[in-house]
Amino acid sequence: MSKIPEYRRYIPGTQPPHLHPPYVSSIKRAPLQPLVVLAHTLSEITGPVFGPEIADVKACDLTRQHSGEPLGERIVVSGRVLDENSRPVPHTLVEIWQANAAGRYLHGIDQHNAPLDPNFTGCGHALTDSEGRYRFVTIRPGEYPWGNHHNAWRPAHIHFSLFGPAFATRLVTQMYFQGDPLIPYDPIFNCTDDEKARNRLISQFDWETTIPSQALGYRFDIVLSGRESTPMETHPHGEKS
Amino acid sequence: MSLQATTWQTVGPFFSIGFSWLYRDNLAGPGVSGERVEIAGRILDGDSKPVPDGIVEIWQANSQGKYAHPDDPQENKAESGFTGYGRIPTDDGGRFRFTTIKPGRVPGPDGKLQAPHLAISVFTRGLLRRLITRIYFPDEPSNTEDFALGLVEAGRRGTLIAKKMEGRAGALEWNVVLQGPGETVFFDV
Repeated sequence: MSKIPEYRRYIPGTQPPHLHPPYVSSIKRAPLQPLVVLAHTLSEITGPVFGPEIADVKACDLTRQHSGEPLGERIVVSGRVLDENSRPVPHTLVEIWQANAAGRYLHGIDQHNAPLDPNFTGCGHALTDSEGRYRFVTIRPGEYPWGNHHNAWRPAHIHFSLFGPAFATRLVTQMYFQGDPLIPYDPIFNCTDDEKARNRLISQFDWETTIPSQALGYRFDIVLSGRESTPMETHPHGEKS
Repeated sequence: MSLQATTWQTVGPFFSIGFSWLYRDNLAGPGVSGERVEIAGRILDGDSKPVPDGIVEIWQANSQGKYAHPDDPQENKAESGFTGYGRIPTDDGGRFRFTTIKPGRVPGPDGKLQAPHLAISVFTRGLLRRLITRIYFPDEPSNTEDFALGLVEAGRRGTLIAKKMEGRAGALEWNVVLQGPGETVFFDV
């Protein structure tokens, strides 16, 4: 097997570096040695496949996972998962997790002095449909302070984890909200050089998915690495011809 | 190309609440064929301190060298009941442990077979993107002809090869050193 239809490499500047000192936790955890560029093989162009049995209805409605309704502003977060060639990524797993409306995570090490909500766990998952669409109902997460620097606050955000079709297409990212005044000050949001790439992390208010009398809609489309347009000859030294 | 891939963001400190529903530390159920191995180790940071908030993901072929994925054309080697996917958190001491089978050899570049290996993603707070590495097996003659090991300088190659644990058959140790002396080799995929 000398020809493998590889996935595209990231465009320089559009992804964060491993070391970004303004985000203090990266200082002792980022590798210092250069990464070794690996040609894609069958190990990288395949990846875990999840069937419809893992996505029950409750998992994509974070407001219905307990006996009562969670506090806060109900929202619908939806969008499409596409690849760089604008093709939908169907039947792929999307996982989310977030703080509650008061800015508190249901996690033992979150010591923020804000209340937990007995009716909100803050995590969910769903498979995209055949057109790459996903949809979650949840509550708008609160902003919260963190210990990165003096008076540091995270903007409101929802974490996303996606698999895509291959080991090479795995993505974990965060979705922000249009107009949040904390965004320009956030060292995590700012870790990517390319301004347009950063701004694509900000979801847009969307009338189309807003449910009358129920919930505001926010749209967040996600793009995973796509295939090279033509299969590339691969060489053992990780370079493409 | 018409779109640009979405930028990565760190998993943050609380991601276990989003990942725990899919923890899988035993990849090899009762009917799965192949040589059973138990792999244990720790994730350590640049101060050699254990990382208690890490998660390791595994992706591997079955004992015949076949991935449970539609883009792997080797249909005659498929084995139902083996997904090849694992997800394991570290404990307070930065330790993780999982059970699986040693995979078969899968095709590599230029038609040569690769040595048996697991593809690994490492996630922790502080990492702006996942780290990608591989686990190879000790006493495996094909390691010397593996293309990926061949890309790595000889002095660092050992970070990719699990070590046998004394006196315990099938038990292997493999550690992740995120930074500094003994830093694990990470790949750009």
